[in-house]
Amino acid sequence: MRIMKRSSNINRRARGCVIIVAVMLWALNAVAAAPPKDSCIACHSTLPGQYGQPAKLFSADIHHQVGLSCADCHGGDRNDDSMNAMSPSKGFRGAPTKAQIPEFCGRCHSDPSYMRKFNPGLRTDQVSEYLTSVHGKRLKQGDSKVAVCVDCHSVHNIRAPSDPRAPVYPTNVAETCARCHADANYMKGYRIPTNQYALYKKSVHAAVLAGGDTSAPTCSTCHGNHGATPPGVSSVANVCGTCHAMNEQLFEKSPHGAAFAKMGLPGCVQCHSNHEIVKPADSWVGTDPKSLCLTCHVKGDNGYAAAQAIGGGLDKLKAAYHDADAVLDTAERSGMEVSSARVELSSAHSDLIKARVAVHSFNAADVLKITNQGVDTSHKAYEAGIAALHERNYRRKGLAIALIAIVIAISGLYFKIRQMERST
Amino acid sequence: MMSDTGSGKSAAGGEGKPDLGRRWVNLLLGTGIISTIAAFIYPAIRYVIPPPVSESTNLSVVAAKVAELKTNSAKVFRFGSEPAILIRAADGQYRAFTAVCTHLGCTVQYRPDLHEIWCPCHNGTYDLQGRNISGPPPRPLAQFQVHIQGEDIVVVRNA
Amino acid sequence: MAGLKRRFVDWLDERLGGGSIEEFLRHKKVPIHRHTIWYYFGGMALFLFVIQVLTGILLLMYYRPTASGAFESVQFIMTQVKFGWLIRSIHSWSANLMILIVFIHMFSVYFLKAYRKPRELTWVSGMLLFFIVLAFGFSGYLLPWNTLAFFATKVGTDMAGFVPFIGKWILVFLRGGNEVTGATLTRFFGFHVAVLPGLATLLLALHLLLVQRLGMSVPPGVEKKIKEGQEPERSMPFFPNFLLRDIMGWYGALGVLGALAAIFPWELGTKANPFGSAPAGIHPEWYFLFMYQTLKYLPAKIFFINSELLGLMGFGIAGAIWVLVPFLDYKTGFGKVTRFFTGLGIFALGYIIVMSVLALVG
Repeated sequence: MRIMKRSSNINRRARGCVIIVAVMLWALNAVAAAPPKDSCIACHSTLPGQYGQPAKLFSADIHHQVGLSCADCHGGDRNDDSMNAMSPSKGFRGAPTKAQIPEFCGRCHSDPSYMRKFNPGLRTDQVSEYLTSVHGKRLKQGDSKVAVCVDCHSVHNIRAPSDPRAPVYPTNVAETCARCHADANYMKGYRIPTNQYALYKKSVHAAVLAGGDTSAPTCSTCHGNHGATPPGVSSVANVCGTCHAMNEQLFEKSPHGAAFAKMGLPGCVQCHSNHEIVKPADSWVGTDPKSLCLTCHVKGDNGYAAAQAIGGGLDKLKAAYHDADAVLDTAERSGMEVSSARVELSSAHSDLIKARVAVHSFNAADVLKITNQGVDTSHKAYEAGIAALHERNYRRKGLAIALIAIVIAISGLYFKIRQMERST
Repeated sequence: MMSDTGSGKSAAGGEGKPDLGRRWVNLLLGTGIISTIAAFIYPAIRYVIPPPVSESTNLSVVAAKVAELKTNSAKVFRFGSEPAILIRAADGQYRAFTAVCTHLGCTVQYRPDLHEIWCPCHNGTYDLQGRNISGPPPRPLAQFQVHIQGEDIVVVRNA
Repeated sequence: MAGLKRRFVDWLDERLGGGSIEEFLRHKKVPIHRHTIWYYFGGMALFLFVIQVLTGILLLMYYRPTASGAFESVQFIMTQVKFGWLIRSIHSWSANLMILIVFIHMFSVYFLKAYRKPRELTWVSGMLLFFIVLAFGFSGYLLPWNTLAFFATKVGTDMAGFVPFIGKWILVFLRGGNEVTGATLTRFFGFHVAVLPGLATLLLALHLLLVQRLGMSVPPGVEKKIKEGQEPERSMPFFPNFLLRDIMGWYGALGVLGALAAIFPWELGTKANPFGSAPAGIHPEWYFLFMYQTLKYLPAKIFFINSELLGLMGFGIAGAIWVLVPFLDYKTGFGKVTRFFTGLGIFALGYIIVMSVLALVG
């Protein structure tokens, strides 16, 4: 009886389930069965060449993924199966000319209230920025060779900049710019170099970016993206300083800061170059033949003396650091515990790094204050290493005692054997 | 020199012409054997007695005492042969990271004014999860586990 | 005092069978002739083996056989544990010294023809011990889990993979997987401290038993002279005369080991990184160098056969001949010394020395 009641209960529940599932399936079916009608795609995807290509590419496009269709950009009526869909009376705009493209994209992208529906965080000033760029200004002057939106973002398969396949993803930006800027033929007539990409590829920035750090700078980091323009002489230090803040602050306050500005020299670039920014070496500072200081300074002037002092300070710290490091290595290999000296030495390493930054003050006293501190620390670590090596002498004393005991035992054995064998 | 010598034990010592007296030989031999045994046993016994730190300090270390750190402060301590940083955040939580900056290996410090970990060399900053948030550091700082055992704050490297 | 000793020996004899200890000690004799010096090397190898067992047991107290803990624990032994540097350095130095002594013991026995009838089994058991000693060396080398050992083990176990048909299986068995990983370390640790010591103890017992039953071999040349009356047959009792001399040698070895450990502590190197690239100049331990160098000289392919396979086959055949020498050179047992086998021994020794030197120089 009880069992029957339970089973009827189960039956009732099961029936309920079936009904719910059926309703859900029906709802799903209704959604699936009625995809938004799109006569543009239906027709164009059967067409060859330039008429068919956009329809085929569009499924990979971010605009397609947020639910926009061809008609949202190009106008017309996607519900109309006839050629009438593309009549101006239905708002059909067709394909824009190159000069029209910024405004074409800007119809939506410059409209904050429209863009908010899709991505409230997205900026809407790209077109106005673009118009301040060299590209934008030239476009206004009727130059059709310059880059417009689609040249960098591609068209019909536009991906979000955060998509690693997008041509504007950090690791792809340099190649995207280089498509035009490294093409000497294409750039003919502009009287600007075309080797920037090749030089950039040799730089420490490119190496770090290739190493997977997508925050490392590429073309747009310094030149801007939509407002792409070479930074002027006066703004170079600011541009570099967005990342290299300490160096910039020191440089601005240094004697070079004001002097370079007066002479119209572009700060950082003077020593570090612009595109080919290689890893700096300590030999750049000082008075040996490779030193960059000697480009301007000659023996006898204040700059020469400062260069000599700064270069000497760095060399001294490096030598002291390496000596201490070598002694600690030897001690470690001999099985000595020197980890506290190691930690101490790591602060000397910090000092060396800090001193290299402090070089940008071009003030010998400031640099030497840091290097001397590092030299002192290195000396302490060195002493600790030497002290650890003295422990080896203690071991040798122990060894000597054990060896004496062994020699006594061996000679005891020797005499014992002699005595034993003589006696018979 | 010696043909079949037979058993040396039965012969009375001291006959013939030994270089040293039998007593001296026995004394020499006895001293030698006892002192060598002492020289071998001593290191072995010292070896067996566990050292004060019973585990390799590369894996865990007592970084500080509970009473030592105020909230919103930090302490750089030695972990193996590298510096590490123990932070007591403003909310009282302990966190520990390597203090070696992932950029060029400087020792980082805590900035109570910013509530951030800061590297003085190139102005790199990390948040209190160790994530590199600005400046040149390319990677986050490796985080260690923090355990409180009685009065001790023990920092443990994830094996 | 003497009475007490007498009573103790009697007590033992009663329980072990009448007068066996005294009988044994009284009767065991060591021949004296110009080659007597070589008799000491067996005892020396045994002594160093005991040193290995003792220091090995001490190392076990702190060692951890895991990929994450092995290097750190050895580092801990070297830096934190009192006299840890001494114990580990002695273990490493003594291992190398033992292998050297075993080589000398083997070649001296070979050239003095001590393997001839009736001591064939002594030779075979000795050879098996020799292979076990090499296996000890190979497995122990990996245990500190440093870069050099890691890659040497990788290359060494790769070799096993060239064995036809079962090579792949042997490789996986040795490594505990397809690659050298923490699993390999655990396995090698097991071999090093359990499997090999067990096998070595059994074989050692057999080897010593055979030596005791058959006595020391007198070289054929000396034997002949004694028969012809050109030389008197001389000997000394094993106990105490020979044993005391043995002990003198052992003390000397201890002194050398202590000095080596204190002056040249065994280095630890850097921790192995399985994903790192192999450092330049990786090489096996010195006792494998002659094989390593041979494989280096062989061209990649000889008659369409992989040269590693060919080299391995060569060494396999040579090893088998070496083990079976007492049976191949049976004529020596009847007093006819065959020049061929002496020549073979000189060739083998020369080959090993020349190849090892070339590997060290090149």
